[in-house]
Amino acid sequence: MTGEELKFDPAEATKFFTARGHSGWLGLTYCDHGDDWVELELPWREDLLGEEGQRVLASGPILSLMDMASGMAIWRTLDEFSAIATLDLRVDYVRPAREGASVFGRSQCYRLTRSAAFVRGLAHDGDAGDPVAHIQAVFMKIAPQGPVVPNG
Amino acid sequence: MAEPTDMDALTPYARSLGIHLERWEDDDTPVMRVEFDETVEGRPGHYHGGATGGLLETAGYALLRAELEHRDRSAVLKPINITVQYLAAGKNQATYAKARITKFGRRSANITVEAWQDDPTRPIATAVMNVLMAES
Repeated sequence: MTGEELKFDPAEATKFFTARGHSGWLGLTYCDHGDDWVELELPWREDLLGEEGQRVLASGPILSLMDMASGMAIWRTLDEFSAIATLDLRVDYVRPAREGASVFGRSQCYRLTRSAAFVRGLAHDGDAGDPVAHIQAVFMKIAPQGPVVPNG
Repeated sequence: MAEPTDMDALTPYARSLGIHLERWEDDDTPVMRVEFDETVEGRPGHYHGGATGGLLETAGYALLRAELEHRDRSAVLKPINITVQYLAAGKNQATYAKARITKFGRRSANITVEAWQDDPTRPIATAVMNVLMAES
């Protein structure tokens, strides 16, 4: 996406969102984006492991990575930042991530309605053709006076 | 039964996120707790959906480990999937989570989890998870 003036620039926005808070604690960074998708990177960290004795990244950080990548994909598709809230997020963990590898989360907003945003995506550890997880989620746009009803 | 200070059952991720064991219910179900701080913050003053999901997942694993121990079984737990429903914004205060094993199978378990803040009957998020119990 060069030569185009974006109102919502995922690279700049990632810097803002990861300056602090949960995303900052995880150390998420921007990787790539398209018209309706964004990919973020979760660097390998020893203190994010799951089962004791297993050198495997916990599933929680992947959930956070995909939640964040999904929000970014929605704002990229809207081409603006607006308040949204995760309604439903499903993660299928199809295989463990490799030890020491970053995990990349790529999410696509495939449908926007007046009140909802539908996303799907995957997490991989270097080869998007061999994912570690698949996700599907629905977000609600938050109206200034409060949430609006589904399909409203 | 483990003492409330016993954190052995927690994953490095859960400890790092600041999750700890609040108490054991009378039915031997662990209640997990996380304080609100920058580590869990998404939108200013609110929980990040990922942090809430991490707490739910941790409560699910904690109960499953306790149940395995109770049955004198050892297994390596591997996530199959999780579906999280976000019901209300998590505000800047402590959040609790407690799980229930809906089905304890030979190879996998189906677990439902609820997270709440002030009132356990008004959850802010729920989850359904399937966990593989692999031979160790």
